[in-house]
Amino acid sequence: MRHNSETVYVHCEVLKAEYNVTHLGGFLFRLNAASMSTTALYNDHGGAEAAVEAGLESTPTSSGSTGAAFGLFSADFKKNEDLKEMLESNKESLKLEAMKRVVGLIAKGKNASELFPAVVKNVASKNIELKKLVYVYLVRYAEEQQDLALLSISTFQRALKEPNQFIRASALRVLSSIRVPIIVPIMMLAIKEAAADMSPYVRKTSAHAIQKLYSLDPDQKEQLIEVIEKLLKDKSTLVAGSVVVAFEEVCPDRIDLIHKNYRKLCNLLVDVEEWGQVVIISMLTRYARTQFTSPWKEGASFEENNEKAFYASDSEEKSERTEAEAYVMDPDHRLLLRNTKPLLQSRNTAVVMSVAQLYWHLAPRHEVNLVTKSLVRLLRSHREVQYIVLQNIATMSIQRKGMFEPYMKSFYVRSTDATHIKTLKLEILTNLANEANISTILREFQTYVKSQDKAFAAATIQAIGRCATNISEVTDTCLNGLVLLLSNRDETVVAESVVVIKKLLQTQPTQHSEIIKHMAKLFDNITVSMARASILWLMGEYCDRVPKIAPDVLRKMAKSFTAEEDIVKLQTVNLAAKLYLTNSKQTKLLTQYILNLGKYDQSYDIRDRTRFIRQLIVPNEKSGALNKYARRILLAPKPAPVLESAFKDRDRYQLGTLSHSLNSKASGYQELSDWPAVAPDQSVRNVEVVEPVQEWAPSVGKTKKLKSDDKFYSDNEEEKAEEESESSEGSSSSSSSSSGESSSESEEQSSEESDKTSSDSGKSSSGSEETSSGSDSQQKKKKKTKKAPQKKSKTAAASSDSDENGNGPVVKDSSSSDESSSGSEDDSDSDAAAAPTTQQQKKSDRKPGPKVKSEVEVSLLDLVDFSPAPTNAPKGPVVSPSLLSDLEGLSLSNTSSTMQVTAPSFGPVKTYELLHHMTGKGLSAKYHFPRQPCLHQPGMVAVQVTLSNGSDRSLEEIHVGDRSPASLNIHCFNTIERLEPEASVTVSMGIDFSDSTQAANFQLCTKEDGFSVSIQPAVGELLMPSSLSEQDFSREQGKLLGMNETSATVAMATANASSQAVKQRVLSVANVGEVPSGQDVAHSSGRGSR
Amino acid sequence: MLMFPSDSLITSFVYSMSALPPFKPVTSYWFRLSQNGQNELLCFPSPASPPPAAMIHSLFLINASGDIFLEKHWKSVVSRSVCDYFFEAQERASEPENVPPVIPTPHHYLISVLRHRIYFVAVIQSEVPPLFVIEFLHRVVDTFQDYFGVCTEAAIKDNVVVVYELLEEMLDNGFPLATESNILKELIKPPTILRTMVNTITGSTNVGEQLPTGQLSVVPWRRTGVKYTNNEAYFDVVEEIDAIIDKSGSTITAEIQGVIDACVKLTGMPDLTLSFMNPRLLDDVSFHPCVRFKRWEAERILSFIPPDGNFRLLSYHVSSQNLVAIPVYVKHNITFREGSSQGRFDLTLGPKQTMGKAVEAVLVSSQLPRGVLNANLNASQGTYTFDPVTKMLTWDVGKINPQKLPSLKGSMNLQAGASKPDENPTINIQLKIQQMAISGLKVNRLDMYGEKYKPFKGIKYMTKAGKFQVRT
Repeated sequence: MRHNSETVYVHCEVLKAEYNVTHLGGFLFRLNAASMSTTALYNDHGGAEAAVEAGLESTPTSSGSTGAAFGLFSADFKKNEDLKEMLESNKESLKLEAMKRVVGLIAKGKNASELFPAVVKNVASKNIELKKLVYVYLVRYAEEQQDLALLSISTFQRALKEPNQFIRASALRVLSSIRVPIIVPIMMLAIKEAAADMSPYVRKTSAHAIQKLYSLDPDQKEQLIEVIEKLLKDKSTLVAGSVVVAFEEVCPDRIDLIHKNYRKLCNLLVDVEEWGQVVIISMLTRYARTQFTSPWKEGASFEENNEKAFYASDSEEKSERTEAEAYVMDPDHRLLLRNTKPLLQSRNTAVVMSVAQLYWHLAPRHEVNLVTKSLVRLLRSHREVQYIVLQNIATMSIQRKGMFEPYMKSFYVRSTDATHIKTLKLEILTNLANEANISTILREFQTYVKSQDKAFAAATIQAIGRCATNISEVTDTCLNGLVLLLSNRDETVVAESVVVIKKLLQTQPTQHSEIIKHMAKLFDNITVSMARASILWLMGEYCDRVPKIAPDVLRKMAKSFTAEEDIVKLQTVNLAAKLYLTNSKQTKLLTQYILNLGKYDQSYDIRDRTRFIRQLIVPNEKSGALNKYARRILLAPKPAPVLESAFKDRDRYQLGTLSHSLNSKASGYQELSDWPAVAPDQSVRNVEVVEPVQEWAPSVGKTKKLKSDDKFYSDNEEEKAEEESESSEGSSSSSSSSSGESSSESEEQSSEESDKTSSDSGKSSSGSEETSSGSDSQQKKKKKTKKAPQKKSKTAAASSDSDENGNGPVVKDSSSSDESSSGSEDDSDSDAAAAPTTQQQKKSDRKPGPKVKSEVEVSLLDLVDFSPAPTNAPKGPVVSPSLLSDLEGLSLSNTSSTMQVTAPSFGPVKTYELLHHMTGKGLSAKYHFPRQPCLHQPGMVAVQVTLSNGSDRSLEEIHVGDRSPASLNIHCFNTIERLEPEASVTVSMGIDFSDSTQAANFQLCTKEDGFSVSIQPAVGELLMPSSLSEQDFSREQGKLLGMNETSATVAMATANASSQAVKQRVLSVANVGEVPSGQDVAHSSGRGSR
Repeated sequence: MLMFPSDSLITSFVYSMSALPPFKPVTSYWFRLSQNGQNELLCFPSPASPPPAAMIHSLFLINASGDIFLEKHWKSVVSRSVCDYFFEAQERASEPENVPPVIPTPHHYLISVLRHRIYFVAVIQSEVPPLFVIEFLHRVVDTFQDYFGVCTEAAIKDNVVVVYELLEEMLDNGFPLATESNILKELIKPPTILRTMVNTITGSTNVGEQLPTGQLSVVPWRRTGVKYTNNEAYFDVVEEIDAIIDKSGSTITAEIQGVIDACVKLTGMPDLTLSFMNPRLLDDVSFHPCVRFKRWEAERILSFIPPDGNFRLLSYHVSSQNLVAIPVYVKHNITFREGSSQGRFDLTLGPKQTMGKAVEAVLVSSQLPRGVLNANLNASQGTYTFDPVTKMLTWDVGKINPQKLPSLKGSMNLQAGASKPDENPTINIQLKIQQMAISGLKVNRLDMYGEKYKPFKGIKYMTKAGKFQVRT
């Protein structure tokens, strides 16, 4: 093969000589690329193909082509025929061969548009590779051959209806990529259809297609926004990234579309593919800057995220008041920060950078430090990555020295770094310099000054100059060092030193006449014009300090004036003028001579300047009033130049952007808005309950009651609110949002309650303050919990919702009104708000924890703390599932296929060992999954733990201690104050396994000891049973075909073959519900992601 | 099986005075402009029409001699004349590495990476995070390397069709679509000699008949239906020491960073956990997306469903509290005498803190000053070369024998009349120590869940010198 192509190459050389074909390299490589064929064929094509190229190139100017070119034309013609023939032949391999060579042409940037008709015929080919290559060709040339391109459209339209999702997707991809305006309506239709496709992959493709259509025809904007709006609601991680890209391209200003999806995006973020993460993060950065208030207020750093207090004060005026007192972070703001943090560990540098910029622009000042380590890590990546990251660090380090100071050594320059990397590192080191580390840095700089890379050495000198001005302690040292450099052998170094010394002297001119003298002595040896000019300027400026030397320098300059560069000439004229004014006796003639020389100089500037200076300083009858002021004009005290970083004003651009990198506004750059003074209504981010239901099918027959319960137990859109509340503050966010939107009644109530919280219950509020101060980061809180177990229950409850403090006294009320309130929800329109309210009330009735200290509630506390789980479970929630399933039967569920969580069917209960009494020093624990909906939070799995004391002494203060993924979300049972020997108690816990089968590890602590235990969930226990009609079941099942489908055959003994037995078996492994079925097939339904 | 992209850095050190940044007088005019924050002079006209959609518009591949040998457009064609701006910047840069990664042109922005002496130049039309593009371009190079073994101009030209198919799949409308190697390999089979043969004979193709299912699964990085007869999982713990040693031999800065590269060939959907004896050593980590972050946060255990084949599981940085053991010391005496055209060069290497392990594959390189014309040296071990054009001295030492320390001694000839160089050259050292991770990191155990068979597991440790520099 190799040999073969070489012979062809020789053959070509001849051609080249003859016909002046220029692109032989490409020809050779194409030959290599083409798949093997017979030698003869090869050689043949070789010659012909080269001819094609030559022919194509000469076509535009063919009028003047020579005879040789005519010969070429015939070859070209023949060649074209040949490729065409191949494409039109019946043999797949020939077609493929031809297409490969056509792609080779395209890759080389050659024109292959003539083959369009032949190529387009193959668009419907069965051969996938051939098809793909035709797609490549189409996308490249369709724009130029619009009419012919239309031939292919019907193929794509047909493919859009294919059952295979990948075929649908790729058809849409190509259809939207061929930029033919006439098919815009077809594209629009296809996009709309694909956006509603069952397959997330197709929906993703449609999101990409949106941008393509928009750039083809911006008039479609409105319709496209509708599609975007729809796709934004999509819950697939696959779609999220792409649709946000579309959003950013088409309608970045429609921030209102984001509100409802904000929490979902935050929560999905970790699972989105890396490229999507970058886009989503940058979009959310912009979003957050418009929706939240600044966390950077004075003194805010310690009081911020007093989230609890925030919830207490829901109503507008309240929150304003709070803001005046202390900054409180919006929980959604916190959610964003928290959910982006793990991405700092991404392997994708772009993701890390985008999280870093998010923290920089959104996080409270003291939290920004989190990103430092990750950014420094990026410095070990490729050179280009280093470059961008260093640029950003340079900007950051100007404002926040402290952030990077501990990593100073990471910015030390290596001789192998590229020059622009070196310069950036130098920049950062200079920014980091302070009194404490300046000596280290200067020592490092000393090495750099000697660098062989002179550009870098010069930059170092500049940097030393900056350090000298910024840190007054070292000014003298630096100056002396720079003066030493004046005797350096390298001109660049000397020149740069002179320039920097000039600047430094300007800042403190009084004491340095020695240095000026020294420089005057060096003057003859310095040839770099900038340095010479600088010395001349210094002489002129401080001529009174060196009265003897300055005129002498001028004399020398007069001699060499004509040979100097312009910049030196100008300064010579300046020097002459200044000396004339101060020391006219000695220099009058010299000055006149120089002015005469300047008058006839070649340069405009110098002639102008000379003329001006002459009029200014030499008094004559024509010179006006200005003459009097000549001295004041020329010898005015000049302000010292400020030596500052080139990155000083870069922070006007968002970090990590192209604009920041270029330090100029790139097209399409969107300014990061300033924080709003008052946060816009935050309730806009609350998600209506109806939405998730809509996802499946329009909900018609559901009563409001059902929906709210559905929401409570299952976990759909609302999961963000929940998740976020789970992880940080109990149900606070949902409660706050609920009262935000709910009817005035509840708002009043809540504000009243919060009033009470803050004023009435002194003790509990003080407790809550304690919590709130630490509640900023969960870990903090947990540490606290660990340290002071006694406070735990109080903390937990207090943080769960401050309302409860106020709610406490009316706990009985709310629990009794539980049912009635839910009943009333049926008529209330604001069901979105109602649901969380109920939830919250239920919760409050279960957990009146915060009153540990208040004596009135002692009885309540006892009730909760010491009652075993079964009694602990309130009636409401237990009843509701069954009630719900009753209602389910009544509803018109034929049309609405929403899955409803039903009462669990109790199968055999398996008990697992949690802690053996030998290891537990007498304390033993067993657990089982009661298969009840968890009462604490809908996302949790209920676990009942039976604790028994096997020892001969009583155990005290049994509680859950440290949990080991710190983020693990457990609803702990309340501390058991005392467990007598031989006694046992059953408590219930809620654990959020976040849909994984990873064990939840935590510590079970007694007063003296802590034992690490872990609960390993079985997959079946993570499910929730739901009731469905058979049609619904099969419909849902249909949606799960393909990837989600797993099938296996199980052999059963005939004894077990009865449906009852099968059901039993199934139930024993998974918490599922039964689907009423007419056939002899058992269906079970359950839903995951609780 | 190590996958370090061996970018050859140092190629030529030619200094040109014109490359110096000229001192710019800050005229008041200029200053005013930039102070306003509206640096109109530097602004590019933003089009009145909506910004063009594609993030990455086009890609040009340019070789060392400045030929554009491949172009790919994801949207309408951008004329290759746009690369002239790149060539301009290339001319200004004294070395290939010095070409700025981001270059603005009147209507486009060029973002480029240089790897394997090929410039990958992406054309951008509007604001996009530059790292996004850079990271993607590196991913493209990695993919090529993965597919063709090497990423050279010849390899790309030989496989132009595969390259095109890959690029087509990797980006849709300029936005990355499939960058996971496992998915790509399902879409487009990497070319092998055997397959090329088979394809020629049977007429079958490189394009996978099967459509990729991985992209839709919960583990998009793993292809489905993996089957092996020998189930093996190998993990290489490779640590690199970055250090700067000063003249006197004291350490100015030293850091360890490591990676765990894996080669996993396991059937089905194995779920692996890897635990360390001393996970506290790991200060800053970044993971392959397959690693479950929460599990790591909680238990310091790496739990993951691995991709099929080679991948980098983890990269980490060893916390700076730990003192870094420097494995070698260098005794040097490099002097240039004033006035004479001779210089002395004397270098001896010795093992320092190697914990009893042999130091192997030692390679010393140094960029001698420009004035040096030639070097007459004598190596006690290994061979040395001196390139009189680039002034690069390389000494391939091999293994250090503690009994007989390797040394390189001799004289350098300087240009007659040239002045004594200001600075002594820095010495870069590469080395390898097998079977040891210098930080002391140890893998405790590797468990597999989810599959029945017993895999073969292997763990290998290695220490290398990263950017290890000795200033003299």
